[in-house]
Amino acid sequence: MNDKRLSVRNLSIDFGGVRAVDDVSFDVEPGETFAIIGPNGAGKSTLFNLISRLYQPTGGSISYGNQDLLKLKAHQIVHAGIGRTFQNIELFDHATVLENLLVGRHALMGRNLFAHFGFLPSVRRSEVAHRQKVEDIIDLMEIAQYRDEKIADLPYGARKYVELARALCAEPSLLLLDEPASGLNNEETDDVSFWLDDIKHELGVTLLMVEHDMNLVGRVAEKVMAVSDGRLLTIGTPEEVRSNADVQRAYLGVGS
Amino acid sequence: MQFLFKTSYRDDLRLLPKTGEKIRVGIAALFLLSAPLILHEYYLAELGLMLAYAIAGIGLMILTGFTGQVSFGHAAFLGIGAYAHTYFLSQGVPFSVSILAATMISALLGMMIGRSSSKMHGFYLAIATLAFGILIETVFGEWYAVTGGHAGIAVPALSVFGIRFSETWQHYYLDLVIMAAVVWGAANLFRSPTGRAFVAVRDSELSARCLGVNVEWVKIQAFGVSAAVTGLAGALLAHHLTYLAPETFGVLESLKLMLMIVVGGLGSILGAVFGAVFISLLPVAISFLKDVLPPAIGQTAGLEPLLFGLLIVFVIVFEPLGLYGRWMKVRFFFETFPYYRKSSFVRQKTYLKTDRLR
Repeated sequence: MNDKRLSVRNLSIDFGGVRAVDDVSFDVEPGETFAIIGPNGAGKSTLFNLISRLYQPTGGSISYGNQDLLKLKAHQIVHAGIGRTFQNIELFDHATVLENLLVGRHALMGRNLFAHFGFLPSVRRSEVAHRQKVEDIIDLMEIAQYRDEKIADLPYGARKYVELARALCAEPSLLLLDEPASGLNNEETDDVSFWLDDIKHELGVTLLMVEHDMNLVGRVAEKVMAVSDGRLLTIGTPEEVRSNADVQRAYLGVGS
Repeated sequence: MQFLFKTSYRDDLRLLPKTGEKIRVGIAALFLLSAPLILHEYYLAELGLMLAYAIAGIGLMILTGFTGQVSFGHAAFLGIGAYAHTYFLSQGVPFSVSILAATMISALLGMMIGRSSSKMHGFYLAIATLAFGILIETVFGEWYAVTGGHAGIAVPALSVFGIRFSETWQHYYLDLVIMAAVVWGAANLFRSPTGRAFVAVRDSELSARCLGVNVEWVKIQAFGVSAAVTGLAGALLAHHLTYLAPETFGVLESLKLMLMIVVGGLGSILGAVFGAVFISLLPVAISFLKDVLPPAIGQTAGLEPLLFGLLIVFVIVFEPLGLYGRWMKVRFFFETFPYYRKSSFVRQKTYLKTDRLR
């Protein structure tokens, strides 16, 4: 069902004099779980922001399927089938969980302001249809008990799940997860790993994630890419990357 | 306390899900409909004026309360609506066409402001809109051919579809019908994708953008809708003022609109209506106070602005959610009697946001 490959070629970006991402190339195959690891400030989140077009690269190309992502604007990326979550949860704090998830489907909804003003029957039908899709995601993520809560009233862990659910509501074929397990306890991290499996197998979504928790990475990722100081160190299976000398040096310092 | 038993997704699309809400809205509607029978003509006219202000409040609420874009020059749109409507009427354009045209002109100007300020935030947006307000006031003062300049311009008599509305109750019902339509439309907007996109932009532009919301376009839309509604209110206001002068739509009027939605409670349509009631009743209360207080205090110049300012300070310090927030608490107190505690509405900080990507 999903046959699009994400290709990043020679991607670079400069912030003033700092080269945050330097000539990075990699491919994420359809249906794969691909993890990016690296020390703080290695450029992992910058890579994500480049792929979601929040940043304009200095050089290189990004394509998804036959689509050149650099031709799209940030708000069109979701139409190409790419959804994402954020490291510092970015939910709509003063709206309910349900409203948050419905915004997740914004890209698939009608835009006619005047129809919305009159709440025409077509709008009512579409709202119910989208609600059904949202309820499927609520079931999958088991967040039914929070449905009518405001985000501002939710604990950290629940927000993390809601954000993941919101990203899924857009029906992406590629999901960028920025540290899905950060700030979660062991039990919650286990839950996340099961969900990631579900998302991958039930929904057929390709996963690209930034993660520090090597246990989680080892459990869910098929391919791991290590970056340090904006440069690519190595790509391989979790075991290969873990035993790579460059990676160990980047994490532990010279001479280890 | 009523627990809602929902059996269909359509239940969540209802505007008034609770029985209590239906009853209260019913009572309010009944009062508004029968007001001409109960109220003295003077108070009926005041009530009509209040309805016009409620529409303007909803206009600003859509922009500031729901989309998070501050506007300190919103009286400009009130003025644009009023002057455009008056100009068209004096050119012999029928009422229904004229009021629609005035609304459209206001909406277009609003969209232009939205376009030019769509990349601005906070202070910069406040200053830009303030400058716009002052600019437009100056235009009203100088464009003699259309606005009559500082001498002002008389508003032609009200006549709808060829029928002269000379009675106060006719005028009042016109305000009421338009206000009801605006409230209904605004409520619809916020249960549909467009309104949700507005709220999304208010709470997090970053994730709204990544979910496919065109943030710049949403801001243009929000300014457009807000300006249209405010312009519509201005056109109605013109008939209450009967004579337009540029000072009426100055910075102070913009502040009044802003105070209205802050006191009423940001982020709710009902808040805008509460704010309009408050703003309309305050002068009455102050004139009553003047008679009661000893002349040394009561006759002092500047008592009104002082009380105005004091009330705003108190609202912001003690009830940031405004009258609407107080109303929710009172309702909650009765619904859960006798279990209400002081801390029932205290929001615990479950976690603090740290470095956000800006």
